[in-house]
Amino acid sequence: MRQPKIIVVGGGLAGLMATIRVAEAGVPVDLFSIVPVKRSHSVCAQGGINAAKNQKGEGDTTWKHFDDTIYGGDFLANQLLVKKMCEAAPGIIDLLDRMGVMFNRTPEGLLDYRRFGGTLYHRTAFAGATTGQQLLYALDEQVRRHESEDRVKKYEGQTFLSAVIDESGVCRGICAMDLRSMEVKTYPADAVIFCTGGVGAIFGRSTNSVVCTGSAQSALFQQGVDYANGEFIQVHPTAIPGEDKLRLMSESARGEGGRVWVPKNPADTREARSIPEGERFYFLEEWYPKYGNLVPRDIATRAIHRIVYQEKLGIRGQAAVYLDVTHIPKETLDRKLEGILEIYEKFLGVDPRVEPMKVFPAMHYTMGGIWVNAEDQATNVPGIYAAGECEYQYHGANRLGANSLVSCIFGGGLAGPAAVKYARSLEKGAESAASSVYENERKRQEEKNQALISPDGTENPVTIWRELGEVMTEHVTVTRINKGLEAADVEIRELQERYGRINLSDRTRWSNQTLNFARELGNMLILARVITLGALQRNESRGAHYKPDFPERDDANWLKTTRAKWVRGDIELSYEPVDISQIPPRARRYDAAK
Amino acid sequence: MAETKQVIVRIKRQVSPAGTQYWEEFALPWRPAMNVIICLRDIAENPLTREGKKTTPISYDSNCLEEVCGSCAMLINGRARMACSALVDKLEQPIRLEPFSKFPVVRDLAVDRQFMFESLKRVKGWIPIDGTYNLGEGPRMAPELQEKAYPLSRCISCGSCLEVCPQVNDNNQFIGAAIVSQVRLFNMHPTGAMHAKERLQALMEPGGIQDCANAQNCVKACPKDIPLTESLAEMNRQAWKQALVGWLIG
Repeated sequence: MRQPKIIVVGGGLAGLMATIRVAEAGVPVDLFSIVPVKRSHSVCAQGGINAAKNQKGEGDTTWKHFDDTIYGGDFLANQLLVKKMCEAAPGIIDLLDRMGVMFNRTPEGLLDYRRFGGTLYHRTAFAGATTGQQLLYALDEQVRRHESEDRVKKYEGQTFLSAVIDESGVCRGICAMDLRSMEVKTYPADAVIFCTGGVGAIFGRSTNSVVCTGSAQSALFQQGVDYANGEFIQVHPTAIPGEDKLRLMSESARGEGGRVWVPKNPADTREARSIPEGERFYFLEEWYPKYGNLVPRDIATRAIHRIVYQEKLGIRGQAAVYLDVTHIPKETLDRKLEGILEIYEKFLGVDPRVEPMKVFPAMHYTMGGIWVNAEDQATNVPGIYAAGECEYQYHGANRLGANSLVSCIFGGGLAGPAAVKYARSLEKGAESAASSVYENERKRQEEKNQALISPDGTENPVTIWRELGEVMTEHVTVTRINKGLEAADVEIRELQERYGRINLSDRTRWSNQTLNFARELGNMLILARVITLGALQRNESRGAHYKPDFPERDDANWLKTTRAKWVRGDIELSYEPVDISQIPPRARRYDAAK
Repeated sequence: MAETKQVIVRIKRQVSPAGTQYWEEFALPWRPAMNVIICLRDIAENPLTREGKKTTPISYDSNCLEEVCGSCAMLINGRARMACSALVDKLEQPIRLEPFSKFPVVRDLAVDRQFMFESLKRVKGWIPIDGTYNLGEGPRMAPELQEKAYPLSRCISCGSCLEVCPQVNDNNQFIGAAIVSQVRLFNMHPTGAMHAKERLQALMEPGGIQDCANAQNCVKACPKDIPLTESLAEMNRQAWKQALVGWLIG
């Protein structure tokens, strides 16, 4: 029997899980990653991973987890896979536990669980406040084991440029660039699984890592892989503002009892801790008595924007509110939240155990992504699969905290075997594709490099990127107004035009980070338009997508998945129905119990 | 006359692994809350030296920018640390940036730390599970053990502990404190402990635990405050015990 070959692009949680599953099936895997996989963005996940293990005797069930997820996502997620994910979640926790993840424990030696946003149950397993790091390391170690036994070959320091698609429209491998030698090469495979994460860099500053540009998704989109629900972008309520990055302050701070407040008098110049209880406005607790500080992220983010921009109650007139954990015993903070408190202390030089933290919302998560089917993570192009944050399937219009780690592992675990099954079913594999298919793709990508490196331009890529980030953050995050979205699209197209006159200040052919960044930027600009146009079209408010001119959810017209296609060099949007077979849509409100 | 405050940065550069090293100096406009990464981005947006000479942007590794991915380690004013958490206002100027010296330079400040990942393979740094299929829960664990193990599991493979170790040099390939500490972590885990011998064996090979000369620089350099000297002492003890048992049994 022919031995198939699988490529995985991206070595975060989803990519590593897919890799392990393919290796376990006895099929060789090539794993491509820009950074050494241990440095992938999954390490930034802090608070935890959800599974309805019901270990606090609260009567939690996988159905309740499913219902919270669908409700939290404002009914935009297709329901069957979400249901399966929630049912699989307890088993995923067990697996991670067996892999040696140092989850926090109860006195009985069982896993401890905490509360998170959008649920009333203790459902979130955690390893301090560095859960993503711990999970990623566990999977990284398992992949290293497979690697040492020659089932996995890693290509770290390689960036994905494009898929190799033959004349019948079937994927036959990838084209990638070595980030040291800058060599462009093709790699044959019968199936490719993309696990390339979020798109934070499109918004300039976000909580995402540097590599989260969406470049791979955009490149695929331009090759005919559809992109769904692009307009759904999660803005996390609590991050530390910064010029290079907006550093996340995990929802777990509130899960452990952290409270959000502002002084009732915005001109109050006293130190936060000397402002008496009665002169503080705990606006989340007041506005949402049932869920309080643990309302879902879209709700908390809009509440903070309202406090700062409409009520003018930001701390001393600034765009900031307090996230306060000073009332929690220091011992508890160190045991359960140390990782994030340490970040605040290191980057601001203030001890959050003593002083309330100053936070503000920041672009955080990409709910939309590569269109995949409702069965096994397959895209609309045969041989291409996607899993993790880069695809759209699990979180609808708003992701609940601690659901991303579970969706990465579930999706990656589903994509691996699905790709193997597909590869084995092929009568003729990648070896049957004409060598010209590979050579033409390699040449096309080489020519793109050549065009970028030619010396006639005037525009600096970093400047274009910064301006893109400003446009996107202003018009396409928390509050969306059609006029603003139209203006944003015009501005992005102007940036695209300027991109055509780019000037790289580095034209060498060794470890040229400027060239790589310029390539990513071209892709970011296109995906930015997909996001903006999707937001412009959708005249309703749902989850993270909020239009004050259309403040209500409109199921009659917009209970639909946005599906973007690349048609003759431009973006076309179409709409398809959402699977609501399990839970009929109902009004979503968090001021009372569901 | 109001003068804009400047940040002066001196950077040791090298165009390729075989290239010679040279210094370039940059003068950047100061802004609040600036860190070393912001300095490097400013240079990328306007690659001019202090003398106004055109140059290329600086190559460096970075990713998470919150000290959890381990990418951006470098020598900052001679000290091994992460560039993202190095705040300009707390650094003496001119700020000197150099690549790590114990790893091969790729270009400028970017170095190749593959040695660390290879070492993790050498010591079998994983819990050998039977498979990812459903086999029920993992072993129960006392909170006390978890609290001891968790700090060890926060190692970000930045390489600072190797950089500052006198035993990592051209004549000696000491595996480094980070890896020894990882062995301690895996050997502590109830399942990992079943295979402790294999890992200890690997630690007793050339470049292993016996090469530690107890300089104790590692523990001071670790950005994650991992008790590295405690790990070294503990693994040294375990290795001796295993050697002794092996000798007695013959």
